[in-house]
Amino acid sequence: MANNNITAVLKKNAMLIVLVLVYIFFTAMTGGQMFQAMNFNALITQNAYVYVLAAGMLMCMLTGGNIDLSCGSFVCFLGAIGGILMTVKQMNPGISIFIMLIIGVVYGCVLGYLIAYVDIPPWIATLAGYLAFRGWGTALLSANSTTGSISLAAKKDFLAIFSGKIFPTGVNKLNMVCMIVGIIACIIVVAISFMGRANKVKKGYEVESMAALFAKCILSVAAILLFTYKLAMAGGIPTVLIWVVVIVLIYNFITSKTTLGRYFYTIGGNAEATRLSGVDTRKIMFLAYLNMAVLTAITTFIVTARFQAANSQAGTYYEMDAIAACVVGGVSAYGGAGNVFGMVVGATLIGVINLGMSLMGVNADWQKVVKGVVLLAAVVFDILADKKSSTK
Amino acid sequence: MAKELLKMDHITKTFPGVKALDNVNLSVEEGEIHALVGENGAGKSTLMNVLSGIYPYGTYEGDIIYNGEVCKFQKIKDSEEKGIVIIHQELALVPQMSIGENMFLGNERGKKNAINWNETYGEADKYLKMVGLSESSRVLIKDIGTGKQQLVEIAKALAKHAKLLILDEPTSSLNETDSRALLDLMLEFKKQGMTMIIISHKLNEVVYVADKITVIRDGSTVETLDCHTMEINEDRIIRGMVGRELTNRFPKREAVEKGDINMEVKDWTVYHPLYTERKVVDGVNLNVRKGEVVGIYGLMGAGRTELAMSIFGKSYGSGITGTLKINGKEMDLKNPRAAIDAKLAYVTEDRKGNGLVLTNTIKVNTSLANMEGVSEKGIIDSDKEYQVAVEYKNKLETKTPTVEQNVGNLSGGNQQKVLLAKWMFTDPDILILDEPTRGIDVGAKYEIYCIINDLVKAGKSVIMISSELPEVLGMSDRIYIMNEGKFVGELDASEASQELIMSSILQSGRGE
Repeated sequence: MANNNITAVLKKNAMLIVLVLVYIFFTAMTGGQMFQAMNFNALITQNAYVYVLAAGMLMCMLTGGNIDLSCGSFVCFLGAIGGILMTVKQMNPGISIFIMLIIGVVYGCVLGYLIAYVDIPPWIATLAGYLAFRGWGTALLSANSTTGSISLAAKKDFLAIFSGKIFPTGVNKLNMVCMIVGIIACIIVVAISFMGRANKVKKGYEVESMAALFAKCILSVAAILLFTYKLAMAGGIPTVLIWVVVIVLIYNFITSKTTLGRYFYTIGGNAEATRLSGVDTRKIMFLAYLNMAVLTAITTFIVTARFQAANSQAGTYYEMDAIAACVVGGVSAYGGAGNVFGMVVGATLIGVINLGMSLMGVNADWQKVVKGVVLLAAVVFDILADKKSSTK
Repeated sequence: MAKELLKMDHITKTFPGVKALDNVNLSVEEGEIHALVGENGAGKSTLMNVLSGIYPYGTYEGDIIYNGEVCKFQKIKDSEEKGIVIIHQELALVPQMSIGENMFLGNERGKKNAINWNETYGEADKYLKMVGLSESSRVLIKDIGTGKQQLVEIAKALAKHAKLLILDEPTSSLNETDSRALLDLMLEFKKQGMTMIIISHKLNEVVYVADKITVIRDGSTVETLDCHTMEINEDRIIRGMVGRELTNRFPKREAVEKGDINMEVKDWTVYHPLYTERKVVDGVNLNVRKGEVVGIYGLMGAGRTELAMSIFGKSYGSGITGTLKINGKEMDLKNPRAAIDAKLAYVTEDRKGNGLVLTNTIKVNTSLANMEGVSEKGIIDSDKEYQVAVEYKNKLETKTPTVEQNVGNLSGGNQQKVLLAKWMFTDPDILILDEPTRGIDVGAKYEIYCIINDLVKAGKSVIMISSELPEVLGMSDRIYIMNEGKFVGELDASEASQELIMSSILQSGRGE
């Protein structure tokens, strides 16, 4: 029985364990470089877009393995719009952000309508967007600049909201705000774990053993403290981390606690049964793509702020990164299964591999090969594990 | 005494934690039809999987002796080479391919890598003739009916030079005429010396074709009945299957006071959703009272499911006309949500297709049609949801260790209970049960009948659609008979009989 428990725990957290092992591997291969504070910071800032897009992609994939191929190109297009509004037209950043969001919502509605109500297969509808927005975005940029890129470096307000740090301090000086936030996060995690258990005990449900709970809390606290310590040494909390954490928490709540989220799962499991249970399945499909477009708009803000410019290469392969993060994180390619926690682990794993290989000096072509292999391995592992458990 | 073709000797097959087969013995003589019966999960399919090599030699204990030699099959090909061919319950044909292509799929005629199409279609036609199909082997599978598809499966088996043919529930998706034709074909094959094993839930069919019947219960052989030396009837077989005398296959219903008319449908006409000029339901009039079980009997394809689904929020069909009154008030139910709000429930015949989310838990399935009942402002109350699922699990005696179990892992009878639980939780006044006992075993059927009785006792109305005559006769207060989209008769339970029902269908057919 005890043995069974351990294997069950290992199985449940397989990807998390792989993540830790991969991290240790790269730390060893880069002579500890991977473990430096600056690279913790880079891991967040470079990969923020993956978490945000993957949250949207998760919702689409849940409805039956549907994907959005257009989000990368749309980042480029919407970035171009932003550049034109803020730099060329010198419009107020707040109004510009609002207009960009509206454009995102309009695109989401059109896409959602085509997919949900006209029954166009999602990958075809979004393939059209993939082609069109890359072209349109590039055309807008070349029409409004000589270099094909519009700088946003002067827009300090805009940059402050989506990039930069909160109460920044110099490198290698401990940032107290960051540490305090980390400690508060630890307290919240521990409190929620223990209160949740006490609540279950009160209602007579099955609970994990006290020892397991302690182990879990200690590991979580250690991870959070290590993470915040590293960030504190790198100058403080990156603003974009707040965006990512808030989005992840919101989507975790939607998928696990709301009736709306439940319908995404059941549609992926059996759309017809869900429809006959009185659920407006078309509306759910519509919402999946509307939601995706809104998150793509937020991604655009994050990405243009990080590069301090809108350029025609922005968003290239982003859709693939988002899909890969979901799939590596255990989201079913057939729909109906997967969760936000898995997606976060998947996105982080891909980020760690990217960063690690860059630090090792692996060339970009081979990086793609490695990512392809990892993606395939994750799916194969998932399917084999599934088979094993179903044949008992 | 004829030669013993197959002997399965003391077969034991264990899965981690479960003994699926425990010392099973089966002896089949050459040239006989041997029926294998037992409740769902008794181990019939496992036994056949052992025989055909799906579970390879070494994963089970005991011996398979075929034609006098001990066989050690490693894979399906091994058993097929010896002439043991299984036809599975689910048809395994590719709809977009021709009959000929399907028949030799994986067994292609011609040289290595180059298919000889003349030989393929020539041979296919030969085997089609043997099973009594006049279709050309170039016709696509999707263009022929299920009955003929089943015959193609048999022709496919013959093409593999089958000596021992195993048919797993061959008639489960066929209507009465096609079923009868298939059974007669089996008898014809027997005359030609073919040996067959048939697995079936339909005991009348078993009695019709079988020479011997082996009953399996809980993974062990209970008895083998010889139909030539003993007097065999359905009740005798059921006694072996459930291990007790089922004196009454339908539970007695306490006399329930019939209330007012709860739902009334008038001149209901529905057209096909794609071929919009084809009438599927034609001017149907129907009513049901509180506390009443109304049966709708008809053969497959009569338009029963289409009628039910079109009433249930127009979830099927196009150009629907007619009036629907619930509690005397005329209603226009535009979608399933509106139907549920009007206290209507449609329990589908197709559990797996459009009834349950198999990859989700019992809990999730139970609450799916009434999420408002377990949530507040769109936020799920997990405790309440869990309690509701447990409550229905206990009420309907669903056999499962926990409601967190995925529905896909349950047996057919238990899946049906989860489906019923889902709809009972919407608190309906009128339940339309479409083939509520299809594909589930005798014991579970009885339990479903009890649930139906409880429902009407609580003042609900039940409309039960069924293509099993004994069930319609045993359960209904009133029976509508449907044929080719029309209601062709209405009988009170007291006057109804098998003959009367069949004759009204035949007469309506002649009237056309």
